[in-house]
Amino acid sequence: MKIVARWIRQPGFLTALPVGIFLLIGFAGPLVLVLLYSFMPPKTFTLGQVPTIENYISVVTQSYYISFGWSLALAVVTVFLLILITYPVAYGMAKIFGKWATLITILIALPLLISENIRLFGWVLLLLKNGIIDGSLQYLFGLSLSGMLYTVPAIVLGMVYVYLPFMLFPLVIGISMVPESLKEAARDLGASRFQIFREVELPLSMPGILIGSLLVFILTLGSLAESKILGGQAIVMIADDIESAFTFAQNWPKGSVLSVILITISLIIIYFLFRKIDLDRVVGRR
Amino acid sequence: MQSSRQGKVVRALIVVWTGAILIFLYLPMLSVVMASFTKQRYFQFPVKMWDTRWYEKAFESLSVRDLFWTSFSIATLVTVISVVMAFFGALAFARYDWKGRKLYQRLILLPIFFPQAVLGLALLLWFSSLGVTTSWHTAVFSHLIWILPIVTLIMSIQVYSFDPVWEEAAYDLGASRLQVLREITLPILSPGIVSGAIFAFLLSWGNFPLSLFTTGADQTIPEWLYSKMVSGYTPMVPTLGSLTIGGAAGIVILSFVILNFYRKLRGRR
Repeated sequence: MKIVARWIRQPGFLTALPVGIFLLIGFAGPLVLVLLYSFMPPKTFTLGQVPTIENYISVVTQSYYISFGWSLALAVVTVFLLILITYPVAYGMAKIFGKWATLITILIALPLLISENIRLFGWVLLLLKNGIIDGSLQYLFGLSLSGMLYTVPAIVLGMVYVYLPFMLFPLVIGISMVPESLKEAARDLGASRFQIFREVELPLSMPGILIGSLLVFILTLGSLAESKILGGQAIVMIADDIESAFTFAQNWPKGSVLSVILITISLIIIYFLFRKIDLDRVVGRR
Repeated sequence: MQSSRQGKVVRALIVVWTGAILIFLYLPMLSVVMASFTKQRYFQFPVKMWDTRWYEKAFESLSVRDLFWTSFSIATLVTVISVVMAFFGALAFARYDWKGRKLYQRLILLPIFFPQAVLGLALLLWFSSLGVTTSWHTAVFSHLIWILPIVTLIMSIQVYSFDPVWEEAAYDLGASRLQVLREITLPILSPGIVSGAIFAFLLSWGNFPLSLFTTGADQTIPEWLYSKMVSGYTPMVPTLGSLTIGGAAGIVILSFVILNFYRKLRGRR
């Protein structure tokens, strides 16, 4: 009893309470509810039924693997593209730009404060038939590129665009943790530029690459707006399926099963993510 | 000699590439702003006729006013509540050493990395099971699940750089707990509080996936924009989009000016 009382009286615990209780009610609660609903008979709206694994069986046997497959595939493609695209920028921000790095950081973070809808709509205008890209090509060269919108590449473009900062910032932290002296040592020992990159920089900045990749992977896996706005009806992603199960189909148990699977994949990834990082170091730069 | 010239080329390429990425990031927003000034009903490029009539219509429209007030009310409430709660949350995150802190730091970040659309649907299920009718009030609750952890994280960065020695000195000089909070802790942490508040407001203002499922019959600006993009396009879409972009840019610039002014004021003292 005494130990519990002392534990509760810690100032840290007391200040953690408001946020902690709130998230318990608003975050843990709904997730537990989703888990419980996933074991209820199809198309029921109360929890009092006899638990069943019918929904899991029906989800596995139906064609949901297609939308899971698309979501996983697009997440992997987005992660790889973003590593290639952001690595040079991150390198510049960590090693080259100096005092300009702060300004560039702000410029890259600012779009996050604009609704992703609006930014994606900007791409609609760019990719549209007779839109900005197509229209300019017609005007300048008489060429027409009208089939760009509502395709899978358009969705990937949207994802790369929206989630770029989530890859870039962890990469910057990762690359700035590579000590300059190690590179110099490698150079003195006769390593070429490429060898230094492959043997020193890449392995040592791996934690940053890993954090960024996992973050982007989770976010793209559960994304909805990109495929709806830029993809039209091109493909169905898993978040679409979950949405229609809960809304149009009014089948809460099925939506819950799909959510549980998605959440499980995400949680496994988050678990590995958190095992790799020390938050005090990343946030506080101690 | 050879390698330093090579180094210069690599540097130049990186600078050019970064510039290209920045253009890539801002191009769609510029497109939206440009589209808002065209006269045609359906967007075509090159633009033949420019016009500002959609702005006039947007300012006159009553439904736009409703959308604005719904978004504004949600964002304001989210800002106030999240700043107060995250203040304590950040102290627990970064200031105090306590048993359970590492776990708390990780658990509190889970909602940030959680797929928002799924979270929104789970909350919809939660509200209907508890018998709560969804409206903009429930949207405030939903936004907080996602924004509270972010604001806590932002404030924590400030708290890490805060030296507890100041508080101890005040206690030694006979200050009460409340006095220390008001005279020492709050002023030192105020830059973090201000940036946390700005983030809270703008993230709530721009949020779409959580609003979509939890506002019930009420509608926010991002929801309205989405519904019009998917079906029933109107030229008001780029107009409202541009107004939102302009508003956000205005808030960010204004807060930079205020923070700079504040820093200078403190530096002089």
